[in-house]
Amino acid sequence: MERRKEQVTMTTNLFTGDQVKLTAEEPENMSKAFARWSRDSEYHRMLNFSPGVLWSDKKWKEWLEKDLEKDSQDEFFFAIHTTADDRLIGFIGLMSPEWNQRDAWIVIGIGDRNDWGKGYGTDAMRLLLKYAFTELNLFRVTLGLFDYNRRAYRSYEKVGFVLEGRQRNIVNREGRRWDVLVMGILKSEWEQRSG
Amino acid sequence: MNIQDPLFIGKNIRLAPIDHERDAEVESKWTHDPEYLRMLGPEPVRPLSAAQIKKKYEAIEKEEEEKQSLFYFTIRTNDEQEHLVGFVRLTWVDWTNSNAFIQLGIGEAKDRRQGLGSETLALVLRYAFSELNLYRLSAIIPEYNEAALAFFSKSGFIEEVRRRQAIQRDGERWDVVQMGILAEEWNAGKSRLL
Repeated sequence: MERRKEQVTMTTNLFTGDQVKLTAEEPENMSKAFARWSRDSEYHRMLNFSPGVLWSDKKWKEWLEKDLEKDSQDEFFFAIHTTADDRLIGFIGLMSPEWNQRDAWIVIGIGDRNDWGKGYGTDAMRLLLKYAFTELNLFRVTLGLFDYNRRAYRSYEKVGFVLEGRQRNIVNREGRRWDVLVMGILKSEWEQRSG
Repeated sequence: MNIQDPLFIGKNIRLAPIDHERDAEVESKWTHDPEYLRMLGPEPVRPLSAAQIKKKYEAIEKEEEEKQSLFYFTIRTNDEQEHLVGFVRLTWVDWTNSNAFIQLGIGEAKDRRQGLGSETLALVLRYAFSELNLYRLSAIIPEYNEAALAFFSKSGFIEEVRRRQAIQRDGERWDVVQMGILAEEWNAGKSRLL
């Protein structure tokens, strides 16, 4: 019994899903990708509270290198590649962990609009949840999204996130205010779904 | 409200800057009370020496000056002694979207339930909405801090988010509640706060 359990663990690749795999973030490729993706303001507005800005490859690279130097226990970020043709399509990560509470926040972005709605994000999220609950041994994870991002909402719902509330009128864009939805999933809920 | 109405002076308390000479000793004492710290949030509680607190004050003032994303006040008795009774901060100020988070603590049990927190909150809400011109404030409160939930809701905050079982104390899991208040809600209700 013990032995069998061990084998299962050894043969499960945490970083490979059906459509995507998670890899380390290489500053060279990643910074170019961030610079390219951010020129699409809709990409930026799905992800950030801050105003859209246009940064050069160089500035993205400096930012990313600095970010990668930080204490690795505070952030777990990955690049998302397609399994089919090993294309860099986005990033996903866990941040601001409260280790004593076993809670952390998830952020995800799929860069190019041609890659939206293809299930890549959902697949990456499945991998990250497994990592969060079986490697980091978290108790729950949280994420926030703007209420104009319906596609993301459906994806998060699909992997088991539950709506936990809305921060009313917290963002101001296009002359009106929008809510941020907060969603969470507990390890017990995730286990139930993944059998 | 008039332009002449004092922003920092209430009836029994006033808002003031950090007193680097006196405050660290007092606050160090508060951090030896785990119940106080647990009411504030999810971090692991731990006692801090006066020297550690002094360093924290330096960091606070540095952040206030450099980033404009933090506004920190001490709460003091409104008399000549100006005893330190607590602190209040507006933090994570997001200027583009006009939001901030508020955190407030009254250090000693004997100073709680005396209305000092309510006086402070009335001043700070006015500061946030009519000096910083923010549009909304959020407060994050562990579910077990019932006094804080009642306190904020009395002042017009509305429960918005309940992060289920996000905090664990003594082997039990509790929700973390987020409350929010908008400028128009503050405007409509402020007469009741004064």
